[in-house]
Amino acid sequence: MKPNYDIAVIGAGPAGMAAAATAAGQGATVLLIDEQDTPGGQIYRSLSRQNLKDKAILGPEYYAGHKLIAELETSRVEYCPGTTVWQVSEEREIGISGNGAARLLTADQIIIATGAQERPFPVLGWTLPGVMGAGAAQVLLKTGGVTLPDAVFVGTGPLLYLVAHQYLRAGIPIKAILDTTPQGNTFRALAHLPKALADLPSLIKGRRWISQLRASGIAFIKHVGDVRCVGEDTVEAIEYWQSGQWNRIETQAVFLHQGVVPNVNLAMAAGCEHIWNNAQLCWHAKTDKWSQSSIPGISVTGDGAGINGAKSAEISGRIAALGALHRCDLIDTAARDRLAAPARRALAREVRIRPFLDALFRPSQNFRVPANDQTIVCRCEEVTAGAIREAVDLGCMGPNQLKSFTRCGMGPCQGRMCSLTATEIIAQSRNETVANIGAMRLRPPVKPLLLGELADLAIPPDEPNPKVG
Amino acid sequence: MPRLDRNGDTSVSIEFEGVAISAFEGDSVAAALLSNGYRNFRDTPVNGASRGAFCMMGVCFDCLVEINGIGNIQACMTEVRAGMHIRRQRGARDIHAQDGSL
Repeated sequence: MKPNYDIAVIGAGPAGMAAAATAAGQGATVLLIDEQDTPGGQIYRSLSRQNLKDKAILGPEYYAGHKLIAELETSRVEYCPGTTVWQVSEEREIGISGNGAARLLTADQIIIATGAQERPFPVLGWTLPGVMGAGAAQVLLKTGGVTLPDAVFVGTGPLLYLVAHQYLRAGIPIKAILDTTPQGNTFRALAHLPKALADLPSLIKGRRWISQLRASGIAFIKHVGDVRCVGEDTVEAIEYWQSGQWNRIETQAVFLHQGVVPNVNLAMAAGCEHIWNNAQLCWHAKTDKWSQSSIPGISVTGDGAGINGAKSAEISGRIAALGALHRCDLIDTAARDRLAAPARRALAREVRIRPFLDALFRPSQNFRVPANDQTIVCRCEEVTAGAIREAVDLGCMGPNQLKSFTRCGMGPCQGRMCSLTATEIIAQSRNETVANIGAMRLRPPVKPLLLGELADLAIPPDEPNPKVG
Repeated sequence: MPRLDRNGDTSVSIEFEGVAISAFEGDSVAAALLSNGYRNFRDTPVNGASRGAFCMMGVCFDCLVEINGIGNIQACMTEVRAGMHIRRQRGARDIHAQDGSL
């Protein structure tokens, strides 16, 4: 590894792989850093060593990722897997950690492609072992083909139906699907349908998943108004509110999902300006048409800059790379614009369906802002919705003050699982907009590292480490 | 928990709470534990509540376990290695001198 690169890319999902390969293809020295041991991000997770016998389970869209992985593998990108980035500074210094050692390096341009995470789904009992994200269930399918039979799928959004459909294809029994899509969504989504019709194959595919799930005999319960997971040390049942009463289903596994949101921690801690997206109900970095953030030389691309899906992420990654190459003086303006033109046309085609999906699967307020005071919001510090509302009553103005009131957001996940919920609760209690309340302030290290690793940074690399020498 | 049919897996033997369990190369510790029927990975430091894997992608830090004596390890982000000794993390992790290797 070198101390400096033309371009460092963080995250080896579709956006990061495409950005890195595009940049290296134009002669830049490129480092691609990723937390996972194999490339692909979550969407193409474990693809390079996937050994499921039945390829129909994960489907052709998953295996299509081979093309991008091959492009990366045949490129001159220096790929650094199994490595965590714990800091990106405004001066473009990157702190990384892997194999028990930390180090610092710099890059003329940094492209943050940290993707998305599942939106928090704060309901009673969502911390019980056996309750997981539907995305988590899909990660288990992709890594070692691990399944949890007789699970109850709960929520809304394409990924929920996709994972349920993958279980169906795999012949794994599903106990029930509890659909929380609010009733009014279909009507509101209709306004975006004409534009979405341009991507008819995607619409048909989604309809097919749902109709096949319903035809399969799995209990498919619509208009679920509330849910709670119950059990002692692990989940034993799920209770749901529908048609004016509580119902109960015994189960040892619950998969929750209500969409995905940008994974913003690294870009926020770097100081990149973020904006509230009211259509997608999330924060994302403010970027220009070349994905550059408010900090010169730091770009944010892919789902981390707003949710548009894997194909859009790949295209956006290439556009971000062209912008970075241009700022490195490795390509001129004419070349940048010429190379970006087909990508921009492809991106425009890809995003047509998004406003329709955003409106159709917009999670309802009561599943984002838990009405029940007992519901845990901050899983790490076990701070409830009631404790947050109490803090607001005492004068708490926003999520940063909330930390001193309650420790909400100060555990190991650093707000990844609670900051959206906490901010929305405060906004509702104070009768303010989320944009006015503001995001939880984040600081490096954004991922924990050992004190020893941090201390070793003080030893210049050419000097023997007294600990081992 | 059943596994889907796969081609050419290499099995690896690990230990959870002193019990030998089987896993496969490439498994995360979390996937290995879940596939052996273990859902409860730790107790929280605040209320002593049980927790297990939740996000499976390194975001939520709920799957923290102790591996070979080192605490606060994300089970979903750590690949199994033959002979790993894994324990539930009880409350906050212990800090003691170690060489930082898994």
